[in-house]
Amino acid sequence: MHWLINSTIGRKFVMSISGLFLILFLLFHMSMNLVLVFSLDAYDQVTQFLGANWYAVVASLILAAGFIVHILYASILTLQNQKARGKDKYAVKNTKDASWSSKNMYVLGFVVLSFLVLHMIQFWYEMQFKELFGMEGAINRGSELIVPLFKQPLYVIVYLIAFVALWLHLTHGFWSALHTVGWNNTIWMKRLKNISYVVATIIVAGFTVIPIYVYFFVPSPF
Amino acid sequence: MDIDINIKVKVWRQKGPKEKGRFETYGLKNISQGSSFLEMMDILNEQLINEGKEPVVFDHDCREGICGICSLYIDGYPHGPDEDITTCQLHMRKFNEGDTITVEPWRSAGFPIIKDLMVDRTSFDKIIQAGGYVSVNTGGAPDANSIPIPRHDAEAAMDSAACIGCGACVAACKNGSAMLFVAAKVTQLALLPQGRAEAKKRAKSMVAKMDELGFGNCTNTGACEVECPKNIAITDIARLNYEFLNAKIRD
Repeated sequence: MHWLINSTIGRKFVMSISGLFLILFLLFHMSMNLVLVFSLDAYDQVTQFLGANWYAVVASLILAAGFIVHILYASILTLQNQKARGKDKYAVKNTKDASWSSKNMYVLGFVVLSFLVLHMIQFWYEMQFKELFGMEGAINRGSELIVPLFKQPLYVIVYLIAFVALWLHLTHGFWSALHTVGWNNTIWMKRLKNISYVVATIIVAGFTVIPIYVYFFVPSPF
Repeated sequence: MDIDINIKVKVWRQKGPKEKGRFETYGLKNISQGSSFLEMMDILNEQLINEGKEPVVFDHDCREGICGICSLYIDGYPHGPDEDITTCQLHMRKFNEGDTITVEPWRSAGFPIIKDLMVDRTSFDKIIQAGGYVSVNTGGAPDANSIPIPRHDAEAAMDSAACIGCGACVAACKNGSAMLFVAAKVTQLALLPQGRAEAKKRAKSMVAKMDELGFGNCTNTGACEVECPKNIAITDIARLNYEFLNAKIRD
């Protein structure tokens, strides 16, 4: 299996599979979030159910592995590609041939990663981490965290910016992942690109609803 | 109407592979818009020779868009600001009075500069030598119609075979990747029954050679496809991915 590290298509294959896995996670996460729109109590039941039981811990570890592989490979590929480009850069830059997001997947990924760190400090640390290590103040009712957070306009805006970056990342990432495993041809190219926009929009719209809904429609806890 | 224009040409000058390069700007007067870009370069070189200066080195051969030796990154585009042509097919009517035209060599670690605008593209030959062929026993040529091939496959193989190996894909790619070239060469044979016999070996050895020569990893930006003078599509890259993964997984 050394070709998954040594060969260019092997490395891309790993990026593709880990990326598709993370998209599945995003769909799952987004569906859980949407429960909040229907009922805060139901949302709390979901967060209590996920908590720090063994299934949730194992799933979290697999998920973390997915993120680490995707980010690690992205860094290796980006460094290799910069080297392959050579030292001298073109004097006249070409901005027309390829879409901005396709050329800046690493930058977009970095924005998403920065957001992920913030998001994990705000939620995961307070919920699963504290419960797992028996620390005081572990919260298992998600609404106790999410409602105060999104009553602050600053965090609503920060989250929305991250979602825009995620959308741009996914619009290139989804079809690109299928292209890399070889599932593409002249007929499916347009379809895959359109499906890519649909998938990215469904995921990001699902996430975007939450901070906006909480900010405008959930009664303030204060 | 074609008119005569006065232009400036900003050219990359580099004495040798290890030397440091720089841009030089030259003025040219009364260049006919009806002349080709390479004729303009010829006029520039004649002017330089008459001034006792060293002429600009650039690759050119057939000057009719089929040999694949001309290169040049002109104003931000491999093969210049026109669609589906090579540099030798570019005309001066694409430029206007007073323009400053920036001419750079292909820039990629896989294509080191030899001198000025000339780059070393023998890495492409090495990739072809690694498997871009069909092994046959010599003898009388078999009848061309003895193996039935669906029309769609024959057409698609022919489209990929249009690749002239100029390297515009590598020049356009932000990753310096040669995937479109290798994909075209693998596809033209993978689609035909004669090429199937060695398909797995070919995909593996050509990709391995490409990696060894220091080309980058494809990120599917699609810039190569836009700049390809022969309209090779990046769906060929999906086929290469499939051929390669199929070969590796079956190992």
